Amino acid sequence: MKQAPTPVPPAAGAVPTAAALALGDDALVLSHRLAEWAGNAPVLEEEVALTNIALDLLGQARFLLSLAGDEDELAYLREERAFRNVQLVEQPNGDFAHTIARQLFFSTYQELLFGQLAAGDGPFAPLAGKAVKEVAYHRDHAEHWTLRLGDGTEESHRRTQTALDALWRYTGELFEPVEGLEVDVTALRDGWLTLITKTVRQATLELPTGPQAGAWTAGAGRQGLHTEPFGRMLAEMQHLHRSHPGASW
Amino acid sequence: MTTMAPDTGSYEAVFDAAVAADERIEPRDWMPDAYRASLVRQIAQHAHSEIIGMQPEANWITRAPSLRRKAILMAKVQDEAGHGLYLYSAAETLGTSRDELLDKLHSGRQKYSSIFNYPTLTWADVGAIGWLVDGAAITNQVPLCRCSYGPYARAMVRVCKEESFHQRQGYELLLTLSRGTEAQHAMAQDAVDRWWWPSLMMFGPPDGESAHSAQSMAWKIKRHSNDELRQRFVDICVPQAESLGLTLPDPDLRWNEERGHHDFGPIDWAEFHEVLRGNGPCNDQRITRRRQAHEDGAWVREAAAAYAGKHRDTQGEAGA
Ligand SMILES: [Fe+2]
Ligand SMILES: [Fe+2]
Repeated sequence: MKQAPTPVPPAAGAVPTAAALALGDDALVLSHRLAEWAGNAPVLEEEVALTNIALDLLGQARFLLSLAGDEDELAYLREERAFRNVQLVEQPNGDFAHTIARQLFFSTYQELLFGQLAAGDGPFAPLAGKAVKEVAYHRDHAEHWTLRLGDGTEESHRRTQTALDALWRYTGELFEPVEGLEVDVTALRDGWLTLITKTVRQATLELPTGPQAGAWTAGAGRQGLHTEPFGRMLAEMQHLHRSHPGASW
Repeated sequence: MTTMAPDTGSYEAVFDAAVAADERIEPRDWMPDAYRASLVRQIAQHAHSEIIGMQPEANWITRAPSLRRKAILMAKVQDEAGHGLYLYSAAETLGTSRDELLDKLHSGRQKYSSIFNYPTLTWADVGAIGWLVDGAAITNQVPLCRCSYGPYARAMVRVCKEESFHQRQGYELLLTLSRGTEAQHAMAQDAVDRWWWPSLMMFGPPDGESAHSAQSMAWKIKRHSNDELRQRFVDICVPQAESLGLTLPDPDLRWNEERGHHDFGPIDWAEFHEVLRGNGPCNDQRITRRRQAHEDGAWVREAAAAYAGKHRDTQGEAGA
């Protein structure tokens, strides 16, 4: 069994709450989506791998949300409009190609982001230093599957191209500045595009040509504007906790 | 043990002597066909139970009421997938591939533990499964760590360690509910009421009616009879239920000074056989879901195989 990460928390008051929520919600929501695969994965090894990633993300989420308040209050008692995650992570699992494309886009971003944060001395440096190693594995996993699916069969190639194209419009939001998060957004965007381009080409796939943001996408999740499937996800996630106000579990 | 004996009769004598001396039989050793078949049957059923068993618990992952409980439950369901992996590997050492076994599961030719044909209706069921179902599994499986077949025995050592985590987590979950609000306590009691009897059935039919027991005992695949293990489990659970502040749903349950064990009421074997025949509350649902996941994943497995074929020469660890 894996434990939640326990890097030393920064001194009280030093944490930019908005940034902790943004990063914590990203991890919480993507962890939840990945956990929806339990019992449904295409091979037994992927049951283990997808849950590993989901558990890492849940550990990050718990640490980050605890910086902003009580982890369970934040996860279970906020309404949809108060969540600050990017829309990419709330997108439904779709087929395995969609899950892998979402993971490739997100973990490439997260690895670069945590790399920058770990190199600094800001309040997120301790978490980022530990999490960057986990996330490197997440990216590696997504990359290997992108190669297999892209360069596998005709069907897997087609499905993966469809997934990349469909999720592309949610990637622009990753590079919107987040209040309280000191990162070089330009370097983040350039590094991300370089890595994604390399993997996609190696997988014999095409880099999507559409815009990386549509109306109501770039920056919207960070402002609490989400997509329709997210409300249903929260309804399922929160209903038991909300049905027993004040109970402990 | 060695395989140097000159004919089947002597092979058999070497095998029998090894079993009698409590030595381990290893994959390359000669073994009777019936021993091999019996092991494959048992290991496959065990592996299938691990992966079908993920379903009733995964049913609650997305609704877990706290992030801590969610992490524990995810890790548990992941462990069960890992147990499936070890066990399918153990079966492979006997010359039977995972694909072949999955095929038999999907077509109903091999079984999994009937306990997973019961539904998880509330969050407390997650606790009851950990406490009772993992608890019964441990009682069954600890003796298998000394099973005569080496790879199975070694897999069971790893599995049992993790199962005992699961059992404690389930107990702790129920304890929290039992000591919580009135509604939580009622939820815990209801779950124990529903899971108690099916857990006792996990040990299989009474000794007189068990089809494979005698031969398995002689081969030291099995070490204790169904009824012995069932009694052991009841004796363990009674004081634990008391500490939990929950009642076991059996009016006949009482300590028998003379036997040094708890007496318990009659088990409804008609229900057991009915579920075994496929008429439990979830038999169709479980197997349909399993087949669906397998079919949905077919294109992914085909892609991985095609990729591995194309990159056989250049590929390092990128294989599926
Ligand atoms: Fe297990
Ligand atoms: Fe277990």
